[in-house]
Amino acid sequence: MSAADTTTPTEVPPPLSVPPPPTPSAPRRRRGPGATPWLLLAPCLLILGLVMGYPLVRLVTLSFQKFGQSQLWGFLPAQWVGFDNFTAVLGDGEFWTVVVRTVVFAAGCVIFTMVTGMLIALLLQRVSGWVKTLINIALVASWGMPIVVATTVFKWLFDADYGILNALLSKLPGVEMIGHNWFASGPQGLAVIMLLVVWGAVPFVVITLSAGLTQVPKEMEEAARLDGAGAWGVFRYVTLPILKPIIVMLTTLSVIWDMGVFPQVFVMRNGHPEPEFQILPTYSYDRAFVVNDYAQGSAIALITVLLLLGVVAVYMRQMLKIGEVE
Amino acid sequence: MSTLAPGVRRRSKLGWNLLGLLVFVTAGFPVYWMLNTAFKPAKDAIDPDPSLLPTGVTLSNFSRALDIADFWGPVGRSLVVSLAVVAIGIVVGTLAALAISRFAFRGRKVVIVGILAVQMVPLVAMIIPVFLLLNDLDQYDKLSGLIITYLTFILPFTVWTLRGFIVNIPRELEEAAMVDGCSPTGAFLRVVFPLLAPGMVATSVYAFIQAWNEYLYALMLLSQKNQTATVWLGNFTTKHGTEYAPMMAGATMMAVPIVVLFLLVQRKMAAGLTAGAVKG
Repeated sequence: MSAADTTTPTEVPPPLSVPPPPTPSAPRRRRGPGATPWLLLAPCLLILGLVMGYPLVRLVTLSFQKFGQSQLWGFLPAQWVGFDNFTAVLGDGEFWTVVVRTVVFAAGCVIFTMVTGMLIALLLQRVSGWVKTLINIALVASWGMPIVVATTVFKWLFDADYGILNALLSKLPGVEMIGHNWFASGPQGLAVIMLLVVWGAVPFVVITLSAGLTQVPKEMEEAARLDGAGAWGVFRYVTLPILKPIIVMLTTLSVIWDMGVFPQVFVMRNGHPEPEFQILPTYSYDRAFVVNDYAQGSAIALITVLLLLGVVAVYMRQMLKIGEVE
Repeated sequence: MSTLAPGVRRRSKLGWNLLGLLVFVTAGFPVYWMLNTAFKPAKDAIDPDPSLLPTGVTLSNFSRALDIADFWGPVGRSLVVSLAVVAIGIVVGTLAALAISRFAFRGRKVVIVGILAVQMVPLVAMIIPVFLLLNDLDQYDKLSGLIITYLTFILPFTVWTLRGFIVNIPRELEEAAMVDGCSPTGAFLRVVFPLLAPGMVATSVYAFIQAWNEYLYALMLLSQKNQTATVWLGNFTTKHGTEYAPMMAGATMMAVPIVVLFLLVQRKMAAGLTAGAVKG
């Protein structure tokens, strides 16, 4: 089944289930579907409202309160403190270091994922059938790996003393890497974590882009080639514009996912990420559950959500375009 | 392509294939190395010059992994949570998906935007208020609390994917059934449901995998004695430090069933996730 099979029909279906011969259907239309759709939606909205809506409101109110251990146990009532938490967070130099680190980390992950994904998707069109099958198996296996499992596997691959990577690198002439600790420095450790994130994220991108590539009409590529376009020209002026909606969707999704990377860092650093490994999600967690300042943790989480709003808007517009077709 | 001489073409195909094999080896290596380490004798795992090929097959790492900490308890809890989430999620999700795909009503668009928006809220950001909420409701350290929390991230996804499957079932089929005397409910049960079933199975499996793999909430909302399988693996250390061979055996036990399930449904899901993206 390709993406094409599930694309929605372009004609707009009538709002009622009975085909409308214009006049007799008019009274039914006025009655409309009534309460039925709302009844069907009720359980879903109830659950989402309780465990998503309410906490979302609570996240906002919390970030304007003073809420620590004593408030958690109910010894003290939560106290409104206005923008104090935000002033404290935004005035903290460490916070800005973490923000910059998170943005660089996420940008690296997204770019690396999208470029690798695109290259592999294009490569898949050029290899023989059996190579394609092999690559697909490897991709689906890495896609299906639980994140925590993948993290422990990477921890093992990059182990200082017995990790296979150091052993292989040391086989190169003049390289002595046995005992090299990849996690001694923040940037190097985060690069390893980035590799882990990209390894897990590329398969989804490749498989989605491959489905998209099958929609690029061969005649258009052929025509561009006849008009003298090289491989790059065909890609730039034919393939890329057709794939644009998919690329926009994948990129926005990746940004949202990569800004929220948590278990990879947390498990890789054995539950206690060092200061130079902190990114926004772990920093917020740290503030709330290690320092026990739930209010400041919430303020940081809220700032993260606000940072992401622009990206979310782009994604939603793309998805709504699809929603409107029906 | 057609203008190239056959020899050149064959040679360039060979080049692409070699590159493809390189991609295969790189992408597949972590999985291979996990299996390799899990099955090799423990002493070979701490060889400073490890052999890339299997050095013999043993199951001792698996029994060691099962010895180090209770394995079946966490797995049982993960199963309970994931199955409950899937069962509730698929029923509630199908109802909601029917509402937004088969009815035109005032507020439909707001609901769609709402469901999509909920999906975009980073889960990590919600952990603090969810923790406080469950604490207030006396649901901290209870599987039921974790189940209802997982529903909030499974539901939007389930609704959106099932919607994709439902809009592909021609409305005319239902209409024909109703002309023949079926009630709307009858038409759904006899016509839509059988056609939707494969999509529901795929969505369930995918939802199951997501619930099974979740880490942060399982870590925060349950105490150590109630931990789930992912947390069990994440905490895998012994008093001798990390023993990697048993750890890889544990990783294998957790990953293999999931990867197999995933293989079964991924084709259908990949299509569902991006439904309409090209023509949109």
